[in-house]
Amino acid sequence: MKELNDNQIGAVKDLIFRMADDELILGHRNSEWTALGPILEEDIAFSSMAQDKLGQAHAMYQILHKLGEADPDTIAFTRDEKDFKCCHLVEFPIGEYDFSLMRHFLFDSAEALRFEMLMGSSYDDLANVAKKFKGEIKYHIMHADTWLVQLGNANEISKARMQSSLNECFPLALGIFEPSDFEETLIKDNIFPGEKRLQEEWLKFISPVITSAGLILPDINNCEPAFGGRKGYHTEYLKPLLDEMTEVYDIDPGAEW
Amino acid sequence: MITEKEIWDVLDDVKDPEIPKVSVVDMGIVTGVEVDEEGYVKVKMTPTFAGCPAVDYMKNDIKEKVSRLPVSGLDVEVSFDVQWSTNMITEKGRRLLKESQFALPPKHNGLVQIEMLEKVECPFCGSKNTILQSPFGPTQCRAIHYCKNCLQAFEQFKPV
Repeated sequence: MKELNDNQIGAVKDLIFRMADDELILGHRNSEWTALGPILEEDIAFSSMAQDKLGQAHAMYQILHKLGEADPDTIAFTRDEKDFKCCHLVEFPIGEYDFSLMRHFLFDSAEALRFEMLMGSSYDDLANVAKKFKGEIKYHIMHADTWLVQLGNANEISKARMQSSLNECFPLALGIFEPSDFEETLIKDNIFPGEKRLQEEWLKFISPVITSAGLILPDINNCEPAFGGRKGYHTEYLKPLLDEMTEVYDIDPGAEW
Repeated sequence: MITEKEIWDVLDDVKDPEIPKVSVVDMGIVTGVEVDEEGYVKVKMTPTFAGCPAVDYMKNDIKEKVSRLPVSGLDVEVSFDVQWSTNMITEKGRRLLKESQFALPPKHNGLVQIEMLEKVECPFCGSKNTILQSPFGPTQCRAIHYCKNCLQAFEQFKPV
């Protein structure tokens, strides 16, 4: 469908804000590896993935603009912290390389599945960008899987680091799937099959990779999912990131580049 | 009265700033040209990658070059209605990419398999004794490979 009713507009906007804010913030975090990667190829990989994420965020903010929100730059650079709907996982500082790699694996796996689901969305604009993003994120998955398996099986130190990052990232990653107030509309109107379904698919998708990396998935029943981000409650790390991200914009918001 | 053909001819002068031999038409990123009876022109384009930094540059270049024609108005729209894939690079585009020493993306049926990035033909010596070094290269659309035969790193337009 091309036109949405009011209820659907609310649901679609909420979904897109969550997705696009995740991409913007993680894109910014990934870019912090530029010139700092452990090897040149990884420096380039994280920078390139950052570029993809910012591009995808921009394309999604553009849909919001069509639905009556401000233009992409205004949405990205002028909102208060509480208006962001990103999950906590993407807000954390890059930490050591193992943390960034594990976050990238867990997040991008969920995102790839989300795009795959959205390819069949009844809302055309969302289905179209999902078809586009699916081809791009394939390379992110390939990258994450390769390194996860390699480092999980390399030596005791790398294995221990990867396991400890997995233990730290897993409850944060469960926060990706914090249900929205619009789940019913999204599912009923075939816009998106819902966060619960996505989480189930995600667990099926990541489990075999974690096993081939020789790692152990934490028991989901003993994990407290890091909820709150989708409702505007963020970690202490988001505000400083937003301040840094908007530092130049704030000097002259109307500037032409 | 300006014709669609004349617009396409001008668009063939708009080059990809990252590979100056290849035009936006060769790359397959122009997805539609329309001219109405009043001479108003609509050009539709789609980015190779969502975050491609060259899109605005090419869009402005299209505007500048098409505006020199006798048109009554012009609109250049960037849209994801049609999603770019490497299958949309024209035969001429593929030839020019090869001349620019890029390994070509294999044609695919919409489903990109990881195997497509293995044993890619080296654009320098033609050997297939090559390995993928990284799916990420100097731009979003390229992967880096290494040829074990001529001991040379090379770039491939990665299949999407």
